[in-house]
Order: sequence, then C-alpha cells, then structure tokens
Amino acid sequence: MLVLTRKKEQSIVINDDIEITVLDIQGDQVRIGINAPKNVSIHRKEVFLEIQEENKRAAEVKNVPLKNFLNNK
Amino acid sequence: MRLDTRHFGTIEIDEKGIINFSEGLPGFEHVRQFVLLGSDEQLPFKWLQSVDEPELAFVVVDPFCIRKDYDITLEDAVLEKLGIKGPEDVLVYSIVVVPEDTSRMSMNLKAPVVINVKNNKGMQVILDTDEYSVRHYILEELQRQEVGGYACSDEKKGAVHCHK
Repeated sequence: MLVLTRKKEQSIVINDDIEITVLDIQGDQVRIGINAPKNVSIHRKEVFLEIQEENKRAAEVKNVPLKNFLNNK
Repeated sequence: MRLDTRHFGTIEIDEKGIINFSEGLPGFEHVRQFVLLGSDEQLPFKWLQSVDEPELAFVVVDPFCIRKDYDITLEDAVLEKLGIKGPEDVLVYSIVVVPEDTSRMSMNLKAPVVINVKNNKGMQVILDTDEYSVRHYILEELQRQEVGGYACSDEKKGAVHCHK
C-alpha cells in the first residue's frame, strides 16, 4: 500500500483522471472528495465487503424445490 | 453451446442470450458471462447461470414482484457502463440467498443486478441509499403486503429512475 500524508485541502491524483481531496478533518473523521470519470464506481469499503459476503452465501444454494414456492404463502 | 451445470445437468444455451458482466460480481470478479434460466413453474424466481463456471449459479427474483414499492435510481456511472438510454432498456433482478431453512430466503435489495436488454450488458449495482439492505426476507415482505401471494405487474418499470 502506498502511504501518503496530506493536510486539509491537499489532494492525490491517480492515473491522471482520478483526484482525491481531503476536504475537512474533524476529530477522528475525514471528509474526502473524489473526482473521477463517470464510469468509475466508488464505494465505502464495508458496503462492498458486505455485498461480496452476501453473494458468496447466495452462491452456496443447494438444489431447492423452487417450483410454486410462493403460491401458497 | 453446451454447459454442464450443477443445478440443471447438461443443457444447451443460445449464445445470443449471453449477458456480459465486464466486472463480474462482487466476490466473483473473474466470472464474466451469464445466462438467465428458469421455468414458468419456478416464477418469480429465475437462475443467473454462469457460462464460464458452469458449477456456479445464483437464484434471482424480480424484486418488484415481492416488494411493489421498490424504487431505485441508477446513477450516471451505471448508465455509462451499461449504455442505458432509459428505464425501458433495463431489467432488474435481486440475488436470492436460499438457506437450508427455505422460509428464511432473502433477497439483496441494496445491490440489484441490472441488465441492459438492448446490448446484453449487466452489472451488480450498489445503490447509494440506506433505505434497502442486502437481506430482505422474502416471506416477510410478502406478508407485509395486502395481497397474500406475489404479484407481478407491468407498473414495476416505473420505479426505475435513470439519473441523467
């Protein structure tokens, strides 16, 4: 991992088209601004991990009788 | 094209029906091609069957059939990646977790699978909202509604907004 130290309002440029700026620092929270091309997805890591986990659970499905499963519920 | 699948045995698929997920799915980034399978008896469930890894398949469901008020907005990044011009291009499915106790079946409303039917491109979209979670219990959602069973209608398309 590349580690850089930034002060408020300083930025980092990635690949010449992604810019990350430290907008504000309050106590233990950092407000981060990101400028990136429209086709780049950006997510909080814990959200991404949660979805990964749920997909892995979904992939474990056994051979279930889905036939008419919801008709009587 | 022939596939040796885990759930359906050996099947023939139409290559024209292959959906391309250029980024795969979170947790399965290397898996890029899928087809949608299913019989009428299994509706509203379908299967998102992997072509690259025939052992892998996901149960999916039309979320609007279970949760009539499901309302989502697709951001620019998604519209760009999938080449979506409007809601009429879009098919939405939720990935379903089917545990041993099938009454605890749940669907992921926070990250729907979105497919552009015009170009067969797909991706799993992480919605920027706290309103939905990754685990909505299907039987509970159905019980919450007035109608006893699931009901799919054509109005559902109206609840996909394309943010341009």
